[in-house]
Amino acid sequence: MTDTPRSFQEIILRLQSYWAAKGCVVLQPYDMEVGAGTFHPATTLRSLGTQPWSAAYVQPSRRPTDGRYGDSPNRWQHYYQYQVIIKPSPPNLQDLYLGSLEAIGIDMELHDIRFVEDDWESPTLGAWGLGWEVWCDGMEVSQFTYFQQVGGHDCHPVSGELTYGLERLAMYILGHDDGNEMPFNDPKCPIPLTYGDVFREAEAQYARWNFDVADTDLLLQHFKDAEAECARILEQPAVDPKVGRRIVMAQPAYDQCIKASHIFNLLDARGVISVTERQAYIGRVRALAKRCADAFVQTPAGGWAA
Amino acid sequence: MPDLLIELFSEEIPARMQAKATSDLKRLVTDGLVEAGLTYASAGAFSTPRRLTLSVEGLLDQSPTTREERKGPRADAPDKAVEGFLRGAGLTRDRLELRGTPKGDVLFAVIERPGRPAAQIVAEVLEATIRNFPWPKSMRWGSGTLRWVRPLHSILCILSSEDGTQAVPLTVDGIVAGDATEGHRFMAPGRFSVLNFEDYAAKLKRSFVMLDPVERAEAIWNDATNLAFAQGVDVVEDKGLLAEVAGLVEWPVVLMGGIGADYLDLPSEVLQSSMKEHQKFFSVRGKNAKIAKFITVANRETSDNGATILAGNEKVLSARLADAKFFWENDLRTIHDVGLEGMAKPLAEVTFHNKLGTVADKIARVEALAREIGPLVGAKPDLAAEAARVCKADLASEMVYEFPELQGVMGKYYAEAAGHDDGVPEACAEHYSPLGPNDDVPTNPISIAVALADKIDTLTGFWAIDEKPTGSKDPFALRRAALGVIRLVLEKGISIEIAPILGARISGHLGRTKGGERVAASLNAAHALAELGRPREAKTLYEDEQSAGVPKPGSEHEDQVLEEIRTKPVNLVSFLHDRLKVYLRDRGVRHDIIDASIAMPQNDDLTLLVKRAEALSETLKTDDGENLIQGFKRANNILTQAEEADGVEYSYGAEVKFAETEEERALFGALDAAEAKIKPAMEAQDFTAAMTAMAALRGPIDAFFEAVKINTDNQTVRRNRLNLLHRIRKICLSVADLTKLEG
Repeated sequence: MTDTPRSFQEIILRLQSYWAAKGCVVLQPYDMEVGAGTFHPATTLRSLGTQPWSAAYVQPSRRPTDGRYGDSPNRWQHYYQYQVIIKPSPPNLQDLYLGSLEAIGIDMELHDIRFVEDDWESPTLGAWGLGWEVWCDGMEVSQFTYFQQVGGHDCHPVSGELTYGLERLAMYILGHDDGNEMPFNDPKCPIPLTYGDVFREAEAQYARWNFDVADTDLLLQHFKDAEAECARILEQPAVDPKVGRRIVMAQPAYDQCIKASHIFNLLDARGVISVTERQAYIGRVRALAKRCADAFVQTPAGGWAA
Repeated sequence: MPDLLIELFSEEIPARMQAKATSDLKRLVTDGLVEAGLTYASAGAFSTPRRLTLSVEGLLDQSPTTREERKGPRADAPDKAVEGFLRGAGLTRDRLELRGTPKGDVLFAVIERPGRPAAQIVAEVLEATIRNFPWPKSMRWGSGTLRWVRPLHSILCILSSEDGTQAVPLTVDGIVAGDATEGHRFMAPGRFSVLNFEDYAAKLKRSFVMLDPVERAEAIWNDATNLAFAQGVDVVEDKGLLAEVAGLVEWPVVLMGGIGADYLDLPSEVLQSSMKEHQKFFSVRGKNAKIAKFITVANRETSDNGATILAGNEKVLSARLADAKFFWENDLRTIHDVGLEGMAKPLAEVTFHNKLGTVADKIARVEALAREIGPLVGAKPDLAAEAARVCKADLASEMVYEFPELQGVMGKYYAEAAGHDDGVPEACAEHYSPLGPNDDVPTNPISIAVALADKIDTLTGFWAIDEKPTGSKDPFALRRAALGVIRLVLEKGISIEIAPILGARISGHLGRTKGGERVAASLNAAHALAELGRPREAKTLYEDEQSAGVPKPGSEHEDQVLEEIRTKPVNLVSFLHDRLKVYLRDRGVRHDIIDASIAMPQNDDLTLLVKRAEALSETLKTDDGENLIQGFKRANNILTQAEEADGVEYSYGAEVKFAETEEERALFGALDAAEAKIKPAMEAQDFTAAMTAMAALRGPIDAFFEAVKINTDNQTVRRNRLNLLHRIRKICLSVADLTKLEG
């Protein structure tokens, strides 16, 4: 028998120890607003170039259009993804992944785990890969992707990426149909708190702001600012005139790309982007992502050698 | 003779790709073997989510020795020539043979290629197959360069015979082929070796893998129907889903689960879509024919007999259905508050195509056209227009946003909820039909009117903006739209001359898309119609446009627009003819018969055209008909040659008084009789009667050619006979253009 975790955070902690034991660098979340764990530079940038890489982290993610004022049992505009990225993808990545499910209390002898075709594409990142959505008893619990291209660059070697939707997975493991009701910490501890206790009120506040209050003119300006700053950063000469060393600023530029992407999501939630404009905005973010990718492969982490 | 067994074991292959991959593997390997001289007795290929397997029986154990003889230059040829010959043959001079020929001594090369062992050939063929496998999408993984659909883990490749089993030596991108494979991922992990195909299939079964997808599908269907029978319910058959599910499991275990009572009142299509598209469940109908349960297929047995798996699946389904119910109730509320037209409002913001406006623009055009077409297909114009106005409202519903495949179906439910009746709700559901060559064509006249209007608007719109299908590219599914028009018209026996409708629509689209040139467009449409032989419609259009206050032409692009308005409808009609040819060819009508019918007037009335083609086809099946064509061709050839030689047209009318023989006089009589029958038959569009009358000419024409010589010395008689041939030609061509017929 597999022993079942008792709280949301226990699932996270078990994933952290599992992947730490498998040799991953356990990172903390990236300190910016992102739509998914893939946006973390530990995934987007590190999947480029030839340097080996192995990391795992929780990434709080924001999708303003998913806001339901905290009233939905399974949708929040702010949620957690657990992300694992290993380059080159090891031959036993499927087994490692299945091991992680066992670690968080899914008994392989009782459940039906399936790898169902689902190709991944991020038009904003200029990235795509092939893989599956992983089903547990008919429920999608993870995305499993072999990156083929990121920021317009072919991935050599290929990174394997695992993304767990933590809320949904936890609801299933903990047996709660309403995510807000699931225990965040140990329900037997002196101050037991549910997921709803932690996030519900904030969800309502953000939903109101995202849908009705956010200043769209200001956001449009921020989008342009981020775009301009990204370009400006990348136009700097490779060698820093002050310290006299080569410092290609791929990551600061990429921060601006992340910003632009999130501002676009906010504008989308405010309903001020038409269908045609949508494609144009996505194209603009992709252009930034591509330039940042171009810059990253000019850095030592991206495999650049003088 | 050894048997060959190949298994390519990988991570999970998408279900939809397995069938083609299986046949590709069989084709590529067996073709490669045969090409290398290794023939075989039989071959079979199989797939599971994790493996492609090929079994080849009765393979030669080595390829036969081949001997090739090449004739080279003469022995006294320059060294350069001999060297070239040696290079080509891959031999040295001392290996050449000198043979005396009538042209002197000539060098011959005899190239003998010894047979090669099967293992060597198999290794080469398999490596080439793996490296060039035609996956629809393939990928790299790890640090390797090999491409496969998902990471390839192992290759099993053995030759087995009574003497034993031999692993074929082969390494592809670091994967060393061997004699081992794996069983079920969870129920029997671990590798095992196999001796031959029987051993392989048996061991796989013991390891909880059913190798044959057909067997898996049958097992699933049997278990599902048995399970349903035992509970007095019915599984809804779905062959596509069955094949897909069979491609998702190696060891199918069928489980039946329930649907929460809260959701049983949702439209059955919603239940089916939620279950099928997202969960790959089969729907199960209860006694009252409503969807009551579902069947899911797990990939393993468990100690709790699937209880945990089923509970999980039921939970997921409940969450999905809760969403669906939420959308359904929201949509009904919207309809209650603002009606279907109100629901459709946001479509004014949705682009249909950037040159053809929004979906709302399209709806407005379809409405006008449906009103116009309605009476031609037996629908009241107001009802056809009403249906057109609301038929796409469901595209703005939450349900269709979530389940796009429910477009149309939801439209019907929502139209009913909004109080529409008299065939309008059916039209919402059916106006997309037909979608292919075999699905049902609607019977409700309102559906037909809207379906035709929608498709004609699409075709003319994209024709106006030069977005025609090219080669394999047809992004706007215009071939399907054309086939839809053809099937609607033909299967309902609707007689419409479609060219003026197309002409008017194309000019309308051009008027809109070319902005200010609306003026030129609309006026010149009249010219175009006139050129299509529709003066009456041209006049009406001209007058309509004038009364609508369209100003006079004068734009600089007038000539170009005029040209487009002239050519595009004609071009679109020939596109319809092309699709019609494909459609009729699939129904066994010869293409030359269709061509012979297309060459006749009123060919834009497809029903008429097909009637003509069918009558001609029937006539050609009779002995008289077939021989008549020969007679016609003979008459036509002689006449055409004479006309070319003499530089005149023999159309003065033959006179019976110059007839010299009995047969000649009889032909005059037969032509008079035939003409008397053909003319009224053609006026009544009774092609069968016309062609029967024409076929009756076979005897007299044959007899005529038998008895008389056309090109006689008596010029009066010759001219008269040529004029008689002209009459034959004229009568025959009045029915169909028989010159287009082959053979």
